[in-house]
Amino acid sequence: MNPIQHLNKVFDNRIRLGIMSALMVNDEINFNDLKELLQITDGNLASHIKGLEENGYLKVQKGFIGRKTNTTYSATKVGEKAFKQHIDALEKMIKNTR
Amino acid sequence: MNIHNEHQQDIQQIKQMMERSSRFISLSGLSGIAAGICALIGASFAYHVLYSNDTILMNLDDSLYNSTISAHINLGNLIENRLVLIAILTFIGAFISSIFFTWLRSKKTNVPIWGTTSKRLMINVCIPLVTGGIFLLKLIEDGHMGLIAPGCLIFYGLALVNAAKFTLGEIKWLGYFQIVLGLINLWCVGKGLYFWVTGFGILHIIYGIIMWNKYERN
Repeated sequence: MNPIQHLNKVFDNRIRLGIMSALMVNDEINFNDLKELLQITDGNLASHIKGLEENGYLKVQKGFIGRKTNTTYSATKVGEKAFKQHIDALEKMIKNTR
Repeated sequence: MNIHNEHQQDIQQIKQMMERSSRFISLSGLSGIAAGICALIGASFAYHVLYSNDTILMNLDDSLYNSTISAHINLGNLIENRLVLIAILTFIGAFISSIFFTWLRSKKTNVPIWGTTSKRLMINVCIPLVTGGIFLLKLIEDGHMGLIAPGCLIFYGLALVNAAKFTLGEIKWLGYFQIVLGLINLWCVGKGLYFWVTGFGILHIIYGIIMWNKYERN
């Protein structure tokens, strides 16, 4: 079977890949931490988060720290599964071309 | 070939993001070296105090050599004790200098020094350290002076092993060595200062040089 079909189009983008990687090893991350990690603008990050959310890979929790809004993100079960499949496919492809 | 490369870069990106988002990677090797040097300076002052002819300190010295003597020592008096003063100053010096070099490094790695990862690291270091600190205060109060140095080494070692999950993983080796040193010291009561110098001074400096060489040189 060709592993290319297991590669997930959603993770084609480095930023979306980065967001999911960070969410895999953290229970939740807030917007500012993601922004610092990826070194991108608010708008850019927001649009990629939206993309992941629409696919059901990421869920948003809105909360407060004092009066400030604190929005955190975490990976959904579906998202974790999709991401693991994507990594497996990537590894297979690297092995095959070697 | 090109696609192959891209996939490998993807894997690289995944690894890097997992590391950066879960561990505080700015801990500098120079911090280790600085803390080690502070410990050596502190120990040399302590040596001077311990082996001078002060009568109050002679008592302390005696109980250092003989842990079975449990002279009840008032904690209030101890604060005025020069040894305790040296210990506090050494700790402050080591703390400030290690923060300084890590702050320098955090500017290079673009990770804020007071962010989510560093807070997580702090909390996990503090749990064994504060527990140990309180335990050691009780030992001092009951006059078990000979157990102070091994206690410092053991609890500090446990704190480092705990820290390894939240920063560069190599620090666990420093932790293991501190614990072993502390355990050996339990059977060499009275030689605490030498173990203290080896653990907090020499091991820190060796660890710092290795880490600096591995991550920061160039």
